[in-house]
Amino acid sequence: MQDDTIAAIATPLGEGGIAIIRVSGPTAIASVDSLFRGRRSLFQQKSFTLQYGELLDEEGRPLDEVLISVMRAPKSFTREDVVEINIHGGIRLAERVLKLLLQRGVRLAEPGEFTLRAFLNGRIDLSQAEAVIDLIRAENDHALRASAEQLRGALRERIVAFREKLLYLMAEMEVHLDYPEHDEPEATYDKVGRSLRTLLGELEAMIDESRRTQVLREGLKTAIVGRPNVGKSSLLNMLARRERAIVTDIPGTTRDVIEEIIVLAGIHLSLVDTAGLRETEDVVEKIGIERSRQAIREASLILAVFDRSHPLTLEDEALLRELAEFSQPLIYVLNKSDLPPVLHEEELLKYRQAPIVAVSATAGTGEGDLEHVLLNLLGWGEISPDEARFVANERHLGLLQKSERSLRDAVRATLDRAPYDMILIDLRHAYAALGEMIGEAVDDDVIRAIFSNFCLGK
Amino acid sequence: MYDAGHYDVIVVGAGHAGVEAALAAARMGKKTIVLAISLDHVAFMFCNPSIGGPAKGHVVREIDALGGEMGRAIDATYVQLRMLNTGKGPAVRALRAQADKFAYSAYMKKKLEETPNVTLRQAMVERLWVEDGEVRGVVTRTGARYAARAVVLTTGTYLRGRIIIGDLAYESGPNHTQPSIELAHDLISHGFHIMRFKTGTPPRVDGTTIDISGLEEQPGDDHPQFFSYETTRPLPYPQLSCYLTYTTEVSHRLIQENLYRAPLYSGTIEGIGPRYCPSIEDKIVRFEGKPRHQIFLEPEGRHTREVYVQGLSTSLPEDVQLALLRSIPGLEQAEMMRPGYAIEYDALDPRQLWPSLMTKKIRGLFTAGQINGTSGYEEAAGQGLLAGINAALFVDQKEPFILKRSESYIGVMIDDLVTKGVDEPYRLLTSRAEYRLLLRHDNADKRLTPYGYRLNLISQARYEAFLHKWSLVEAEIERLKHTVLRPDAKTNAHLTELGTEPIATLTTLADLLRRPEVTYESVQVLAPASSPVTPEIEEQVEIELKYAGYIEKQLQQVEKQKKLEHKRLSPYLDYSSIHGLSTEGRQKLMTVQPLTIGQAARIPGVTPADISILLVYLEQQGKTASEKLGSR
Repeated sequence: MQDDTIAAIATPLGEGGIAIIRVSGPTAIASVDSLFRGRRSLFQQKSFTLQYGELLDEEGRPLDEVLISVMRAPKSFTREDVVEINIHGGIRLAERVLKLLLQRGVRLAEPGEFTLRAFLNGRIDLSQAEAVIDLIRAENDHALRASAEQLRGALRERIVAFREKLLYLMAEMEVHLDYPEHDEPEATYDKVGRSLRTLLGELEAMIDESRRTQVLREGLKTAIVGRPNVGKSSLLNMLARRERAIVTDIPGTTRDVIEEIIVLAGIHLSLVDTAGLRETEDVVEKIGIERSRQAIREASLILAVFDRSHPLTLEDEALLRELAEFSQPLIYVLNKSDLPPVLHEEELLKYRQAPIVAVSATAGTGEGDLEHVLLNLLGWGEISPDEARFVANERHLGLLQKSERSLRDAVRATLDRAPYDMILIDLRHAYAALGEMIGEAVDDDVIRAIFSNFCLGK
Repeated sequence: MYDAGHYDVIVVGAGHAGVEAALAAARMGKKTIVLAISLDHVAFMFCNPSIGGPAKGHVVREIDALGGEMGRAIDATYVQLRMLNTGKGPAVRALRAQADKFAYSAYMKKKLEETPNVTLRQAMVERLWVEDGEVRGVVTRTGARYAARAVVLTTGTYLRGRIIIGDLAYESGPNHTQPSIELAHDLISHGFHIMRFKTGTPPRVDGTTIDISGLEEQPGDDHPQFFSYETTRPLPYPQLSCYLTYTTEVSHRLIQENLYRAPLYSGTIEGIGPRYCPSIEDKIVRFEGKPRHQIFLEPEGRHTREVYVQGLSTSLPEDVQLALLRSIPGLEQAEMMRPGYAIEYDALDPRQLWPSLMTKKIRGLFTAGQINGTSGYEEAAGQGLLAGINAALFVDQKEPFILKRSESYIGVMIDDLVTKGVDEPYRLLTSRAEYRLLLRHDNADKRLTPYGYRLNLISQARYEAFLHKWSLVEAEIERLKHTVLRPDAKTNAHLTELGTEPIATLTTLADLLRRPEVTYESVQVLAPASSPVTPEIEEQVEIELKYAGYIEKQLQQVEKQKKLEHKRLSPYLDYSSIHGLSTEGRQKLMTVQPLTIGQAARIPGVTPADISILLVYLEQQGKTASEKLGSR
């Protein structure tokens, strides 16, 4: 099964700039070397070093400039020989290179196969395998950092520590059940209840943290709204300048929905209704407020843009009334701060309280303020996302919540003075759910879910 | 050597395991012979004169529900019965009896003598007769060769037994009986892996020399329940009490001062003793801060003065034992009748067994009880019953009878033994059972009696009584589910009187019963059943309704686990050919040879990743197989 060499494009399809093609297996070095021209052959290249060179096509003509890294078995992600090709040419060129490799007897990797190999070769355990999924999916640099952290076991440690406390409490309750004549005082309902509430509090904190950090990983659906000519498009261009906005339109790639993403303060904002956003600037607003409402409804974050150099129009006011009916995090962005101010903040705040940021999209100022306000709004004010250590994926969060429900049942049962053997059923469930998170319990479904969740490549 | 006859099943040993094994095989129509070193010690309680307690009592109920003897035997010979954990939930409520150990032994011997198909003979088995990896019979010390299709070994602490008291050590079976030495060597020569375990027993004192005046009395229940579903009335004798006393500072100092004479610390004892049943010297050393330890004084029978000093198991020298006894309140003047002792013995690593309790090395050879690394009469009896059943089934060339973890403590125990192995004598605990609420002492018949009936161990009459009882339970549950109370003034006044909140809407009796403070009795007051309900049925109805939510939770767990339990693994799977297994996991899988993925997942050292790989492997095999099928 692992006698052959596999390859896949490891970067998300469509993201511009650099693409990485990963090759793993016994002929990985030979296959790539046959396409490569550099200072030395890949066979001579040291493990974990980069080499610059050119990639050649079928006829030996240079295709692109590349950086190639070689990671030799067993010290690679899959524990096999792994070669990674970094090319700049975007997706079409990446596909071309892949095709060349396939012509040389390399097989296209199945979804999740790199991780599966890592897994089968004993490189990763179950809980780490999930972090790999997150690595695959990490859509921004902060989440990447958090995922790497998890691979080193931060999540695991925290769960292990929590489980130990729970286990101790359970043992304390169990002892008198199996030894009715045990002469040490039995844990009272009050004591058990207190301990359980403390544990529940800890678990809730973990869940809360996980939810917040999920934003890092999955991106935040964001609506930029405002009447025509307030400068939505130029705001977008300003924000997208550094980290280019990405549009994917290659059919058959992983994303069916066309998304536009900007990165602000390290957090991905995926823009809702970008088509509308562009349209409204040039074309006469036809659909108007109805379209805004739709965008607002879908969004988890709203940037409402106003022209500070101009008094509120009827349209502005209609939008403000609309915004007052929604409760998602909202930021008022006052554009054109380079012009004399006309609009007063109170005029906005009387509709709905929200932080206000003045920017000049044309002059390119105010971006820092906007980042700061955004972080505060998301509760990252004190902790920078860099310090985020606890990123849970959907399954983790689900298990944390399952565990929380069981603990909650146990607390209620304690209040009802239910017999300990009943309360212990809930506690065992809570314990098992956490065990599942760190791979201490195995369920057929879990395995299936994990492997069907893998994207192509790592 | 001479030919001493041909049998279907030979049972070696007549302790708690051997007796159940022999009775089960004989009742299943198999010509059975019991070969025991001493016929004066049939089902003898060499240690505490007590049967039952949490988990152990559950097993006795299970044995009874399957048609075994232990429940009936103790119901006929108890001196005291107590339901434990009554203030706790139904899962851990358990019956415990103090036994007249001599009457119990006599009852069991008589039962063996009376049961058709059983031959009882005093003999020391020294050798197995094995051909082509299959057992043919046994050979005794007197040169008798018995032929049989199946052999059940229940060697207890006789197997290379060695008694230790202070610096005195000698080869001996329990209580100074003949040890079985040659058989141990024979087993080793067949390639079995042997473990050395240790257990111990406390001194016995003359009950007339105990001053009970300052001690806490522990009487039996006024209206005792019984172990067997067949027992309907108590014995016509008064119950005997136990008494509680404690060790003192003086006792602790005595032990500390004499530790150098304790074989446990001087290196004389090599065997591994149980953590949950430590000797007194072990307790003093390990729990140094504890000011006193409980000592229970338990009568050993109705026709003896001997009293068992529970909590004082020891292998200290005799003079220290006597001084120790006299340092304990109530025992100041006590006459010691027998000193306590430690005993080492051989046991087999139970991972050498299939879940049927048949050895992997020799077909037709079964083992049960202490030889499998367990301790306790009930654990032994439970295995003996299963080994006897499976020996009989083996003779008939039928599929083995294997109990699931979700349906019995016996199943939990055997699965633990063959899957995890043991590193100390194994004792059942309710917390070993993940589906504890389903494995209650009160529903053992529901769980197991249909099996007992199918195996011909439960009579037609008893089976019909069982069906009748459960139909009454069902009917009463249905009645409570469908009897609706109106929220009128009269009902609510009644409810308030019963100490519970009034109702605002139509409420069924079943819903009412789910309230923590409402009992079946109070429900009966509100709307009595048309015909009287026995306490047994009342208990079932109350548990099934009151804890329905929790029962449902456990059933869901069982259902979830079922998928893994149903994924079968070939016992002859070549784990060395499966790529990617961890080294330890691979080795453990090869040792245990699990029969299902569920069992494999419970093997310590087999990681979730290993299980994933096995699942991936099975999936691949399945795919390959179905592709082959498809191409045909």
